[in-house]
Amino acid sequence: MADEALFQFLHSEIIQYVNSAEPGESENGRCVSKLENMGFRVGQGLIERFTKDTPRFKDELDVMKFICKDFWTSVFKKQIDNLRTNHQGIYVLQDNKFHLLTQLSAGKQYLEHAPKFLAFTCGLVRGALSNLGVKSIVTAEVSVMPACKFQVMIQKM
Amino acid sequence: MSRQSNRATDSKKMNSELFTLTYGALVTQLCKDYENDEEVNKQLDKIKFTSHVVLHRFFQEGCAAGKITNKMGYNIGVRLIEDFLARSSVGRCHDFRETADVIAKVAFKMYLGITPSVTNWSPAGDEFSLILESNPLVDFVELPDNHSNLVYSSLLCGVLRGALEMVQMAVDVRFAQDTLRGDSVTEIRMKFIKRIEENLPAGDE
Repeated sequence: MADEALFQFLHSEIIQYVNSAEPGESENGRCVSKLENMGFRVGQGLIERFTKDTPRFKDELDVMKFICKDFWTSVFKKQIDNLRTNHQGIYVLQDNKFHLLTQLSAGKQYLEHAPKFLAFTCGLVRGALSNLGVKSIVTAEVSVMPACKFQVMIQKM
Repeated sequence: MSRQSNRATDSKKMNSELFTLTYGALVTQLCKDYENDEEVNKQLDKIKFTSHVVLHRFFQEGCAAGKITNKMGYNIGVRLIEDFLARSSVGRCHDFRETADVIAKVAFKMYLGITPSVTNWSPAGDEFSLILESNPLVDFVELPDNHSNLVYSSLLCGVLRGALEMVQMAVDVRFAQDTLRGDSVTEIRMKFIKRIEENLPAGDE
């Protein structure tokens, strides 16, 4: 029943910690991958708990729909606003008001810090997909705060 | 799709699991980071009073990760108090007993969905214990043998300390018992140290 404020504060503390543990511009990639790895583990755990009573998914698209609707709603209290795909394994999930960015200024001021706030969630999605049997690479981009796009590239096994 | 039915009830529970699992991932990362940490070893060089191995373990698991989560908790508490005061209609507490009640019955309820009991008051009324029947932070946790010193939930201590500091109370918070380490309940011991005077201008002498 943990209140969402608690998660938000914890999330920003984690970002703070990871960045202070790996100072320097060159280490930036490592920060992001550390956050991503943490998210991955959490995503795996969540999806395991979450799908234990759901019927088997029909196909990849069905899995993606599940992530956009149910998974997103339970984690971020809203659905993904737009899901697009090229039907060749690339999906773009667009959230017009991403929960973890709403605390930052909507202007351009903190735009450069935005990637840090997305890495954990990228991992979250990748971990969730991974435990549903879909291997993927997830990246995120922000052009205007607090909207952001997650791109999921499915790796064919 | 048929899969959408009865999801609403799960949502709140999911969010708590998100928090629990995220915290777990953080502690795991901390333990990894500090496994071969040079800082820890440097400190070890300075302090030589027991066997190297024992001390190394102590720093590695008990202190390093615990200290950092405590510090993070403090930072969270400092900000969480504002959220708390804005959302609850709790006013100023007139004594430590009232503070204890608010923490147990309002704050814990609001953020973790549990209501710890307040016991073991010291005769002077400046020290009490919060007994947690269940600790949501440790829902999926088992401490491996080589981390038996880890104070897993020390984030909570930090949160309490930070939040109370913002309402002018310096309080010492620590875990006296922990179910993760084999005790039957989780006990958080809180000791009032002093009232922080408001009228000191920051950084002024």
